[in-house]
Amino acid sequence: MSTSAPPATPGKAPDKADERLLRTSPLRKLMGRPELGSVVGAVAVFVFFSVVADAFLRTSSLATVLYAASTLGIMAVPVALLMIGGEFDLSAGVMVTSSALISSMLSYQMTANVWVGALVSLLVTLGLGAFNGLMLTRTKLPSFIITLGTFLMLTGLNLGLTKLISGTVSTKSIGDMEGFPSAKSVFGEFTVGGTTVKATIVWWVVLIALATWILLRTRFGNWIFAVGGGADAARAVGVPVNRTKILLYMGVAFAAWVSGQHLLFSFDVVQSGEGVGNELTYIIAAVIGGCLITGGYGSAIGSAVGALIFGMTSKGIVYAEWNPDWFKFFLGAMLLLATLLNAWVRKRAEATT
Amino acid sequence: MSALVELDDVSKYYGNIRALEGVSLECHAGEITCVLGDNGAGKSTLIKIIAGLHRHDAGTLRIEGEETSLAGPREALDRGIATVYQDLAVVPLMPVWRNFFLGSEPTRGKGPFKRLDVETMRRTTRAELLRMGIDLRDVDQPIGTLSGGERQCVAIARAVYFGAKVLVLDEPTAALGVKQSGVVLKYVAAARDAGLGVVLITHNPHHAYLVGDRFVLLKRGVMSGSHTKQSVTLDELTRQMAGGSELEDLRHELERAPEPTHLGGHPSGGDRPAGRPRGSGEGPAAH
Repeated sequence: MSTSAPPATPGKAPDKADERLLRTSPLRKLMGRPELGSVVGAVAVFVFFSVVADAFLRTSSLATVLYAASTLGIMAVPVALLMIGGEFDLSAGVMVTSSALISSMLSYQMTANVWVGALVSLLVTLGLGAFNGLMLTRTKLPSFIITLGTFLMLTGLNLGLTKLISGTVSTKSIGDMEGFPSAKSVFGEFTVGGTTVKATIVWWVVLIALATWILLRTRFGNWIFAVGGGADAARAVGVPVNRTKILLYMGVAFAAWVSGQHLLFSFDVVQSGEGVGNELTYIIAAVIGGCLITGGYGSAIGSAVGALIFGMTSKGIVYAEWNPDWFKFFLGAMLLLATLLNAWVRKRAEATT
Repeated sequence: MSALVELDDVSKYYGNIRALEGVSLECHAGEITCVLGDNGAGKSTLIKIIAGLHRHDAGTLRIEGEETSLAGPREALDRGIATVYQDLAVVPLMPVWRNFFLGSEPTRGKGPFKRLDVETMRRTTRAELLRMGIDLRDVDQPIGTLSGGERQCVAIARAVYFGAKVLVLDEPTAALGVKQSGVVLKYVAAARDAGLGVVLITHNPHHAYLVGDRFVLLKRGVMSGSHTKQSVTLDELTRQMAGGSELEDLRHELERAPEPTHLGGHPSGGDRPAGRPRGSGEGPAAH
């Protein structure tokens, strides 16, 4: 940072600016990170269940935890980006089911290669995301209302259309159809050197890396922070606010498509009533991970840590042989603690800069 | 040499409301044109016409001598007119360097590897702010942690860096204390010395007179005065700004108002010595 040493202010050390910078210790820099609170929380949860549940530290248990975290985490990443951009998506949970249903029913009814269904489903799901974004930017209504509307409509459509077409609330099995094995290895699970790996974990890691890259190192990432932190200021300097928001909704839709295909190609059939309530879980993971509910602040890695906490808690309770009814209580307490910790950390970090 | 921006007999109507009528103004390179007016005088409308947010309904707008009508803020920016709004200059939670380049971020690399040139962004931000006399401790700190005056200055420095020829400043000192106002005015002068034309909107004649070369007074949508620095004194400017004869009326009214016997609270006795000093600075209070 000393490339432009100020020639002014003689009599003082030439690296005056750097000298003052030293006051920001690495520790304080770390404390300024949005995901710090969640990392502390994740370590605490890990230690806690390692102590109370003997089975928790087994490799198979940790794999289960990771799988649970990844299915949620895939959605939490784009939801976090959307929250940084200042908006919610309450339709994200049922959109996963919609995506799976479209893919499954299309392939079955047309007796086509499952990849055809998957591709059409991708287009339709992206369309749903674009619809959310367009409605939001055109009407200027709060995203809470817009996506609540989409959420209810999709819930109804999922059930209604599935019953109309299949006669039952679930789709027919497409497990014996052309292209299913290859699709299963992409979206369901695949085998490497004798061990079976859940594909969601790979998708999750890739999405985290991609989202982090976008957020921190691209123009679009800069715009995401800007539209969430001050849309009017962003518009005034030429940031395409509406386009940014629409693309963020389409990002959520893309992840919903991946999750939906995972559901379909892991279990052959899809229950049309699934997905309701998951949208809040995604938001919780993002908030635990340090996303500010008002937008403009947060990280993709934070959402991943939030998802990890979620996975550890949900499975840890089972390994500790407790009644799983306690899970929701833990989740709620975790959400409160993480948010409080985040607020406290941020205040401390900002007070002394 | 023609003016950078010139308004000639410009009017703007919103339905049946006359927001602005017959206003003329010119802004030359290296000069500061101040637009003075009370609330509702039409200052915001004037700004919006110059910034390209609204089109004028009558009269002519000339940019560098060429008659034109701006289609939008983007066109205004492209023609070198940068507007710094009082309240929406920056995104508070973002680091200073990200704010500085917001909307015009430099990138390097190709295709999927196209990325922000973070090093250049950081270095340039520091250097440009330093050039304006702002010595930042850390360009990574959220811009919200800077003072209001510093934030205005960053916005001004940004406009200058991105090649603005005309800087339109909407009440840059309105929400600031005396000292910070001074700092901002210093940067306004620095921008002028860098060869920019500045349109400074304010309701403070003292600030305007400190830096201004031309003064346009607005009152209820019409131009009530147009002066150059040589042709007007601060007292005259203040008087016209405050409404001239209206101020006289106000003074009479205030003088007739009966003197309060005490300033609230419980008076401790009948004949207290003179209490707190009053802001008015008028003659001794008679009890």
